[in-house]
Amino acid sequence: MSTPAATAPPEPRVHPVNYLNARYGVKSWLLTVDHKRIAILYLIGVTFFFAIGGLFAALIRLELLTPAGDVFQSETYNKIFTTHGVLMVFFFMIPAIPGVLGNFLLPLMIGAKDVAFPRLNLLSWYLFVIGGLIALWAVVHGGVDTGWTFYTPYSTVYSNGWVVVTAVGIFINGFSSILTGLNFLVTIHTMRAPGMNWMRMPLFCWGMYATAIIQILGTPVVAITLLLVAAERLFHLGIFDPAQGGDPVLFQHLFWFYSHPAVYIMILPAMAVISELVTGMARKPIFGYKFIAGSSVAIAVLSFLVWGHHMFVSGQSVYAGLVFSILSFMVAIPSAIKVFNWTTTLYKGSVSYQTPLLYALGFIGLFTFGGLTGLMLATLGLDIHVHDTYFIVAHFHYIMVGGTIMAYLGGLHYWWPKISGKLYPEYWSRVSAWVIFIGFNLTFFPQFLVGYLGMPRRYHAYPDEFQVLNVMSTAGASILGIGYVIPLVYFFWSMRYGKDAADNPWGATGLEWQTPSPPPTENFPVTPVVSGRPYDYTTAVEAGARG
Amino acid sequence: MSLFPEQASTFASHVDALYGFLIAVTAFFSLLIGTLVVVFAIRYRRRSPDEIATDVHESGLLEIVWTVIPLGLVLIMFAWGASVYFRITRPPADAIDLYVTAKQWMWKIQHTDGHREMNELHVPIGQPVRLTMASEDVIHSFYVPAFRFKRDVVPGRFSIAWFEATKPGRYHLFCAEFCGTRHSGMIGWVYAMKPADYQAWLSGGASGETLAAAGARRFQEQACNTCHAEQKGARGPTLVGIFGKSVRMQNGQTVVVDEAYLRESITNPQARLVEGFPPIMPTYQGLISEDGLLQLIAYIKSLSPAPAEGAAAAAPTPTERKPAKP
Repeated sequence: MSTPAATAPPEPRVHPVNYLNARYGVKSWLLTVDHKRIAILYLIGVTFFFAIGGLFAALIRLELLTPAGDVFQSETYNKIFTTHGVLMVFFFMIPAIPGVLGNFLLPLMIGAKDVAFPRLNLLSWYLFVIGGLIALWAVVHGGVDTGWTFYTPYSTVYSNGWVVVTAVGIFINGFSSILTGLNFLVTIHTMRAPGMNWMRMPLFCWGMYATAIIQILGTPVVAITLLLVAAERLFHLGIFDPAQGGDPVLFQHLFWFYSHPAVYIMILPAMAVISELVTGMARKPIFGYKFIAGSSVAIAVLSFLVWGHHMFVSGQSVYAGLVFSILSFMVAIPSAIKVFNWTTTLYKGSVSYQTPLLYALGFIGLFTFGGLTGLMLATLGLDIHVHDTYFIVAHFHYIMVGGTIMAYLGGLHYWWPKISGKLYPEYWSRVSAWVIFIGFNLTFFPQFLVGYLGMPRRYHAYPDEFQVLNVMSTAGASILGIGYVIPLVYFFWSMRYGKDAADNPWGATGLEWQTPSPPPTENFPVTPVVSGRPYDYTTAVEAGARG
Repeated sequence: MSLFPEQASTFASHVDALYGFLIAVTAFFSLLIGTLVVVFAIRYRRRSPDEIATDVHESGLLEIVWTVIPLGLVLIMFAWGASVYFRITRPPADAIDLYVTAKQWMWKIQHTDGHREMNELHVPIGQPVRLTMASEDVIHSFYVPAFRFKRDVVPGRFSIAWFEATKPGRYHLFCAEFCGTRHSGMIGWVYAMKPADYQAWLSGGASGETLAAAGARRFQEQACNTCHAEQKGARGPTLVGIFGKSVRMQNGQTVVVDEAYLRESITNPQARLVEGFPPIMPTYQGLISEDGLLQLIAYIKSLSPAPAEGAAAAAPTPTERKPAKP
């Protein structure tokens, strides 16, 4: 057994004052400007929305257990999958890793006391919560049935749901995303500790930097688009409605101009986490640092040039299709570079099988498979058949759930000792990692098959021949659900009963491990000075690991 | 349980072959990465808490290798995918015409001989079928998995697509684009029939009026004929022999008269005026149903029996074969 305790016996050190016990009371949390406390606020927020989004996913799988639409009415079912999508995309996936891990770690990793704009940071959280509550208000008062993509003219003319209210919720939440991106960008540019030049920066920070670029440049576009939807719905402006001379496909262009890059807002932070986990658990310098860092930026740039691959069957010109197809293939290259470099990092490493590694390996496998199926969708002739089927649903869940959530959970485990000052139970965490991996594959792999067989997405009822695969998917979802509940239980448990964590339980490099667990409010008693490359395990590890 | 839908169109085998290639690439790289990850994790497991890894952390050669090989592979995928895409998006010249109207939540099909169907579609095998599709409300998508064929039907425009069935049978027709409450009920069947069976089907239950005749009747009803007379010199350009021809516009542009241009000229006549005619035509937006528009188009097409030479090459949508039925 190589538990954290075994590698680094916790010394009976006491950290009398840290960010958690520096002040008490609800007010001290709700008015905090400490990036670490704001991270905890985000943790509570995204967990809340994830739980509700997950509940709606369970309802979807329940309905699809049988071919007939017999659990809910069609309109209710449509509202359920819309709510699942809206909550998961906008209020869990996009804020999760930047909001929780990004906020907590970015200043620590670059040796700063806080982010550049601490008050703005708190405002970001409030905007996120307000946006989310507005979206929930719409759900409670009757819901919205457009799908999370809000395609026109259905959303602007025909839908009876709370389209505008939901759009306002997403609009407000968009500013949270923009401000977080801005904050991180400025923090990285201006607040790095002495000696931490760009090539000494942890890869997590590179990932956050690339994400911030997309958040700042992309999010305003979806905000404007949703405003146009609201304007057409309320004032009949005739932007997207063909009956008034509008163009419904224009909406798709505007929407995907943000929402495809938004996919990378969700996956780049996950890649950033994996880069840290792999090197930390293999205790070896990351392979190809410059290539992983550069590929993050390349993905951010290319992500803005691929939106048209959502419209291969919408009637856009054949030549536009060609351009978007090849650009979509190009974005696969930096992703492949990352996967190969992570894999090679394990080579001749000192690999520990603790929970963060299990999640990291799970991520690499599922992301690789999800990414490769993405190539099928970039392939013009093939996309025509699988577009808008369960094949797409399976593909993006491999990236979002198999990728982003695996990385998020892996990161949460890896940094939990730093965040909470406690160790989580190693046995149960390994169990949950396996349960999630198995449940995930059983849920979503059958969806590739049923998609290729032709089952369209967003179908309340479906032909009998698709039932077997749908039953498998629902069975897998039940296992997956259990897998998500286990960590929720033991993270809570560990806060009270967990063993005290050492400052550096993994023996990892990185400034965040050179400060107490949990860190003091000001992060570092003395501003650290950086004198070498990151992940320097082979020369300088002893001091940090066993100090 | 089969993992592939039936192959019932000329596209199907091409799409499946492409899929097979991508499955092979996916399987190879998934297994490669999966195996390497597991092997490395076992081979280089931490044997003692103090173990220090070997410092191998860069190789320019490896980075080039795993950039160039994937790049080559995706270029193959791109080229192959594009060639299949061209096949699917270019209707051949000798196709028979079908007219499809999508609305919440049904498919209406009009045959040139006047047959009308609801949520059912009879087609012959071995004969390309060209679909001219319109939506009365929101975006729908015409999807036949057995044909590996899908095309969005976007309101406010015609969506033109084609397929050729190869195997007699009954196949699912789905709406693939979410279109509201009963989206999953917007389904139907495509019946692919041997040519003889198809002829037998056509000869039964005739409606009495061909699509072009119905269009001609509308042409009268809407008083289109008062300006668009058969002989030249009327207030509007004559429509005889016009379909598939290149026409000079007032702004000097040249336009090929196809379904899209005819639609625009009816719903938004001032958009592109033919040279030499005054802007006097009122808009018919909202006055003619999508079904009616399709009938008018069928009528105007029937006034141009022979495909215009040269226009076929210039037009993205090739010219029309004469409606076969008397």
